[in-house]
Amino acid sequence: MTYILKLSGLEPLIITRETNFVNVGERTNVTGSKKFLRLIKEGLYEAALDVAREQVEGGAQVIDINMDEGMIDGVEAMVKFLNLVAAEPDIARVPVMIDSSKWEIIEAGLKCVQGKCIVNSISLKGGEAEFIHQAKTVKRFGAAVIVMLFDEVGQADNYERRIEIASRAYRILTEKVHFPASDIIFDPNIFPVATGMEEHRRNALDFFNATKWIKENLPGAKISGGVSNVSFSFRGNDKVREAMHSAFLYHGIQHGMDMGIVNPSQLEVYDEIDKELLEYVEDVLLDRRDDATERLLEYAEKVKGKGKEKVFDLEWRNASVEQRLSHALIKGIVDFIDEDTEEARKLFERPLQVIEGPLMAGMNQVGDLFGSGKMFLPQVVKSARVMKKAVAYLLPYLEEEKRLNGTTGSGQGKVLMATVKGDVHDIGKNIVGVVLACNNFDIIDMGVMVPTEKILAKAVEEKVDAIGLSGLITPSLDEMVGVAKEMERMGLKIPLLIGGATTSRVHTAVKIDPHYSGSVVHVIDASKSVPVVQSLISKEHGPVYHKRIKEEYEKFREEYKNRKREKNFVPIEQARQKDVKVSLSNAVKPSFTGTRVFEDYPLDELRNYIDWTPFFATWELTGRYPQILTDEIIGTEATKLFEDANKMLDLVISNKLLQARAVLGFWPAKRAGDDVKLDVNGTEESFHFLRQQSEKAEGQHYYCLADFVAESDATNDYMGGFAVTAGIGIEKLVEAYEKDHDDYHSIMIKAIADRLAEALAERMHERVRKEFWGYASEEALSNEELIKEAYQGIRPAPGYPACPDHTEKATLFRLLDAEKATGISLTESYAMYPAASVSGFYFAHPESKYFGVGKIQKDQVEDYARRKGESVEYIEKWLAPALGYE
Amino acid sequence: MNIYDLLKERILILDGAMGTMIQRYKLEEKDFRNEALKDYPHSLKGNNDLLSITRPDVIKAIHRQYLDAGADILETNTFSGTVIAQADYYLGEDWVYQINYQSAKIAREVADEVTALTPSKPRFVAGSMGPTTKLASMSPDVNDPGFRAVSFDELCEAFKTQIGALLDGGADLLLMETVTDTLNVKAALFAAQEVFEERGKNYPIMVSGTITDASGRTLSGQTTEAFLVSVEHAPLMSIGLNCALGASALRPYLQVLASKSNLFVSAYPNAGLPNEMGQYDESPAYMAQQVEEFCKEGLVNILGGCCGTTPDHIKAIAEVAAKYPPRKVAVPLAIGH
Repeated sequence: MTYILKLSGLEPLIITRETNFVNVGERTNVTGSKKFLRLIKEGLYEAALDVAREQVEGGAQVIDINMDEGMIDGVEAMVKFLNLVAAEPDIARVPVMIDSSKWEIIEAGLKCVQGKCIVNSISLKGGEAEFIHQAKTVKRFGAAVIVMLFDEVGQADNYERRIEIASRAYRILTEKVHFPASDIIFDPNIFPVATGMEEHRRNALDFFNATKWIKENLPGAKISGGVSNVSFSFRGNDKVREAMHSAFLYHGIQHGMDMGIVNPSQLEVYDEIDKELLEYVEDVLLDRRDDATERLLEYAEKVKGKGKEKVFDLEWRNASVEQRLSHALIKGIVDFIDEDTEEARKLFERPLQVIEGPLMAGMNQVGDLFGSGKMFLPQVVKSARVMKKAVAYLLPYLEEEKRLNGTTGSGQGKVLMATVKGDVHDIGKNIVGVVLACNNFDIIDMGVMVPTEKILAKAVEEKVDAIGLSGLITPSLDEMVGVAKEMERMGLKIPLLIGGATTSRVHTAVKIDPHYSGSVVHVIDASKSVPVVQSLISKEHGPVYHKRIKEEYEKFREEYKNRKREKNFVPIEQARQKDVKVSLSNAVKPSFTGTRVFEDYPLDELRNYIDWTPFFATWELTGRYPQILTDEIIGTEATKLFEDANKMLDLVISNKLLQARAVLGFWPAKRAGDDVKLDVNGTEESFHFLRQQSEKAEGQHYYCLADFVAESDATNDYMGGFAVTAGIGIEKLVEAYEKDHDDYHSIMIKAIADRLAEALAERMHERVRKEFWGYASEEALSNEELIKEAYQGIRPAPGYPACPDHTEKATLFRLLDAEKATGISLTESYAMYPAASVSGFYFAHPESKYFGVGKIQKDQVEDYARRKGESVEYIEKWLAPALGYE
Repeated sequence: MNIYDLLKERILILDGAMGTMIQRYKLEEKDFRNEALKDYPHSLKGNNDLLSITRPDVIKAIHRQYLDAGADILETNTFSGTVIAQADYYLGEDWVYQINYQSAKIAREVADEVTALTPSKPRFVAGSMGPTTKLASMSPDVNDPGFRAVSFDELCEAFKTQIGALLDGGADLLLMETVTDTLNVKAALFAAQEVFEERGKNYPIMVSGTITDASGRTLSGQTTEAFLVSVEHAPLMSIGLNCALGASALRPYLQVLASKSNLFVSAYPNAGLPNEMGQYDESPAYMAQQVEEFCKEGLVNILGGCCGTTPDHIKAIAEVAAKYPPRKVAVPLAIGH
């Protein structure tokens, strides 16, 4: 008798004895992947589907889907995700594993899949009757089932209990339920080893032996397990973990394991595990020595420290000057660049030949490596620094030559870069400029807050080949539309690139592209900028690319139009009926009312409050800190970058290169509809807020920030506000770095100032909770918990999802007298300058939470305009990105 | 003799198209009404399943012609006999029950009449179950891929009513046919298992899928083998393919089923593909010639005809099939695994 486990998505998956091992993708699991959890929580199902797709493309033969999280409606999320997966043939081709500890989620999932899936899992935990009922239902739906070795007494944690429960479950399934034996998969519980606990020593070995016993004694049954559990005690030490996973799988498979939930990127090839490490790992897994755990721990400590050692290898100095230049460019070493450039200059007839020859050859290599993902942004920026230095060294010679015969060479093309009027953010723009420059484009960088007329006059004067616009705050989106309109009016044909954090392909396609007959392209990150600009200005391919992009955007517009229809909105009056009404029972009086200024906040106090993850994102290194430092692919670069950042932080702190300032204020407050009325020294002031209007399920609230302040005639609730900056003094530093052609450090100091400003906002909020407002004086949270916002009360910022109106910043700044107190000024688009600044409101109520207002309707806009005493047109202009109507 | 034993002996013949035959009668709106439906406010013309109630004489005559042509299995006139499909005519659950009950009853009567004439050749009644008009795993709205026009539970409920009435009316087995979305048929299989459990008795089930085009996949995107894997958990008598394609185009997919499955295999193709006038024009002789290839290769246990086939086609197919032994099934079957 052969027992074959057959599964299906759109295509079959037939698991026979010859099938070596079935990889089950584990990333579409909210309990295992923070990213996936966030995507589901925020309703970003498109991106969640990408996670599934990546797994299938990465070789997962089955995808495990788990929606067990307290904050989400598991049934709804499972159904929605499975239905969406069904519409994606490149994902739906593999079978799914419906993973939940809640039976109703499993049942809901089973009703959505046409293929033969796996249920993960059922067990005897709730007794035999429940087990039989569930198994029968699974059978009726035509799914295979994972049985956890768990019974009424508890989880099987040794060899005897494992075979006892497995044989009992198997008997019930085959004899009472007539469940096909080939569709039974046991999960004999993978527990951590090397924990230091005596009773955990045999955890892996018992698993292996139980696996073997099951395979030999329970015909047809298969074995599965969640592998990463085994290395739980080595979190943060990927080298050891990867070795443990591979070795565990190797032995598991030897003993008959058929499938496992694994992260393929956390697997080392068994044969390539360091022999010493492998020995220690296997000693632990197979419980071969009494001191196995100690020896592995000792080794683990060693490899942990290893990454820090640094060796300066100067061997490359012996190579030819061309090789030295290219080495310096690729490695980003500036130390010898002047002398090498000088040597090369003497070698060539003309200084330009040094640039067009060895330097460009080196930069081309950099471009290729970056393009193919073998170099990362921070490295490229360092390369650019070397290149700029070399060119700067040659500049006097070039000018001399130009004076003599009036020629210079020209690069690939000229690109004008600018951050639009009203916006001060330029890190992303500078990075794109550097990357383009590395690829031999001439960059004209006009800086920040550049008005449309200036941008276009310069573009015409310099005959540029493309214009790149950047912006971070939402009003900049409107500015960009204005630039496009003006370009059309002037009859220009220069391609327009759109970039920056709030920009998007949809916005570009829907709002910008229709106004300009020339090419308009949204550039998602620096790495994409080179091929885009090359295609745009290519004489040969330009017209085709232009046409393609126009058509593509036309299609987005269509899709957008169609997509929008799905959303239903409720009238604002109806949304208000479903508000949150908070009571005053918890109201705590702040330690002061009015404002308080912190003129020179100690920077060293902020260091521990830094959230590093966004810092890496600035450099286009994606991943969470601190795991990113040990990431298989980008770990080395991330670590280097982190070290450089800390060096700069040391410098900033010890030499007081930057100054941090803050102001905060508390005022008696009461809610009046969607406004909050403040009593500021006897004068009534108002903050105006917006309410969610997209239709929600029955029983859910339509949130508005005003809801978090009590509605009362007596003024005994409060609201606060703050503005902080860590960017005082940054201009001088940036200027100095730029003079030294050092983009790397110029970008670095801006990124660090941004982090310090965020850290100051975080620290201030903590002090507000514990001390100044004092409603949570008992709070004790780690930095990680702070970043996860695991505290009571919120500090939403105007212009961000909970209160998308930037213009409220004007009131906030006036009440705080923020410009005088901190030196932060507001631009005409309500961006804060210096850019490294944060401002926002404080709400203390335990029910207050972050949310996104989302799209709103005309009825609310009209009402809001009335409340603010502004025209509807004015409000529509400032809230353009939030309007849910045309 | 039960049908399992017969299937081991010879290729059984299923009847041909019902709709094609009904067209010959040139029926009018009044033919689709009886006393109770006299003043029904909606048009009923085209609701062929209703004819089992309003013109049982027509349906019985067609059944009789097929049996005389050599069919072993009659399909009841109930392809659209669910509340979901009958919603197009605004007919509710009471009518749906009647349609299925009466259809099974008259098919039973004809089958028994003919069996009485030749007792050595028993005739069977298969309760026909179409896929309904809605898909459970695909969205009808391209802009909202997560939307579903019908739920598994709704389908299951609708199929339970249909199955109960078919069995009450005397059907010997169930034929879930023209499966375009596997999730729909999984709901039908789920419903069947529930009904069988309630009645304490299992009935043979035939499942017949439809490969929509040359991609070799069902409408809902599954390959033939994936489709097989997705339904074979249920206690099936046979798996097969029908509709959409003519006989020759069906062959590669029948080969998949024949080689991968331990179930009996059925095939009842269309009489070719519709021509520009919407008619099926493969002649009985031509179709029989195509089907003969299936028999030679040992691919099938049950043969018949779908859209465009007539008693003449069935006669030609039956004559060819009689010359060949049925496909050998590797493992002996029993109801329930």
